[in-house]
Amino acid sequence: MSATRKLACAILLVVVISALGATWIAPADYATQFREAPNAPPSRHHLLGTDEIGRDRFSRMLYGTRISLLLAPTAALLSTLMAALIGAVAGYLGGFWERLAMGITDLFLSLPWLFLLITVRALLPLNVSPLASVLVTFLMLGLLGWAASARVLCAAARSLRHSGLLLQARALGLHGARLFAIHVAPNLKPILLAQFWISIPVFILSEANLGILGLGVSEPLPSWGSLLKELEGLTSLGDQPWKLVPLLLLIVVVTSFQAVLSYEEIAA
Amino acid sequence: MLWRISRRLLAIAAIVILGGLTSATLVRFAPGFATDEQQLDPRLSAESLQALHQSHESERNVFLFYAAYLNRAWHGDLGISHSLNMPVSSLLRDRFPVTLRLVGLGLALGWLIALGLALTSALARVTAYSFFAIGFSGALLCLPAAVLALLSVVLNTPGYLAIALLVFPKVFTYSRGLLEKAYCSSHIVSARAKGLGPLRILCWHVFPVVAPSLTAIAGVSVSMAIGSAIPIEALSGIAGVGDLAWQAALARDLPLLVNITILVTVATLLTNYGAEIAGHAVRGQES
Repeated sequence: MSATRKLACAILLVVVISALGATWIAPADYATQFREAPNAPPSRHHLLGTDEIGRDRFSRMLYGTRISLLLAPTAALLSTLMAALIGAVAGYLGGFWERLAMGITDLFLSLPWLFLLITVRALLPLNVSPLASVLVTFLMLGLLGWAASARVLCAAARSLRHSGLLLQARALGLHGARLFAIHVAPNLKPILLAQFWISIPVFILSEANLGILGLGVSEPLPSWGSLLKELEGLTSLGDQPWKLVPLLLLIVVVTSFQAVLSYEEIAA
Repeated sequence: MLWRISRRLLAIAAIVILGGLTSATLVRFAPGFATDEQQLDPRLSAESLQALHQSHESERNVFLFYAAYLNRAWHGDLGISHSLNMPVSSLLRDRFPVTLRLVGLGLALGWLIALGLALTSALARVTAYSFFAIGFSGALLCLPAAVLALLSVVLNTPGYLAIALLVFPKVFTYSRGLLEKAYCSSHIVSARAKGLGPLRILCWHVFPVVAPSLTAIAGVSVSMAIGSAIPIEALSGIAGVGDLAWQAALARDLPLLVNITILVTVATLLTNYGAEIAGHAVRGQES
């Protein structure tokens, strides 16, 4: 493991532990309002100051990191499973099923990701409870984000279908689901893992985009998107620079995710 | 060849029609569809309310609506936007050039910076310079389009710069890898050893090798730029098609959103197909 990957893993570990331990580390609850100190600058009591309704920004960042970091992998898992179900099975079956699956994939990929995401989210109910908004956002990311991975998996399963390995297995009498489970699925595991890992930063950034547009996680629950929405109030970058801390954290986390996944794994 | 092109164009047409139908279905079943703010106006008479209610009647059956829409669109009528109360064709005519300019300038600038940095980084082989270029593109790769839009508003920079900075890291990362690989290949090392000038090596030996792969990323970058036009236009207050799509989605404006979806699908598919053809053409010339 290279030094960069070790460093990236260490950073991710620290961030994940801090986010999971937000209940104990955070000085206040994410929704607690310090009404005597709205828009306060950083101080001993509020490390990153408070927002316009007096909520501790550092606490909100920790809780927001927890939401984004727990749910992005969940959405990535959902999208990878869907990709495996649609892409890998279609590639393995070939013929009509492959053409049908790739037609649906083409339909999904014919629209730019952000356009699809924003329009679909805007069409879904916006006036929902915070918990429902979290579920809607990440379910939608998972359900819409499978197409690119499905195409990769379909190509891999197709090449396996024509391989000598499967020919021999068929000659030995293995067929259908058993052949898929024993020989195809294990060979697709590295690709599935790479697709899952690639999807996480994509979904983190997508949630941030939705949050800034007001289509992500609803208040008072924090997420990186809603924390970054505060940048709207800035008049210059020098004005309240502590508001940029969530952005820096986002950059560090996404960079770490990308550094962990080496190019060899992406190629695999 | 002609048969392949026609087959591909037919496939594109089918995807476009299906994309429009999917969009229409989504809008039709979206909560709040067929509700109009005007219906809350207490001054409206029962007849007016009835008329407003009936204005959405033709859209209740999504298949009938879509068939009628396709028929009208075939004759040049794209319908009327409910939320803006204007013909969709005139809205698109006004807004399309704004988005085209935004996306075009953003793409041109993004590609210029990316190729410039990738080329100098591959040629110079100075660790510090490469480190700076990789770090810069890596940091930009982690910024959501909406953050770039907000920063462009805060810093009072033009919207196309946000698109350029969004396109730049993807193009840079990819082209840098390609260029470095090309400059390390044996025939270019030998061309250098024979004393060929850097410009000649670039134009005659490097470019033909990397061009087919670059055309592939060109298609992707156009799609990326079109997609990011929504948050950038919506947050920067630029009156383009992206902003129109945003308003249409929020207002559940069926005719407007279907038209924009079709427009975006056509633009994305044709660009990708164009990039594919260009890639094949370059490869053909090479062989």
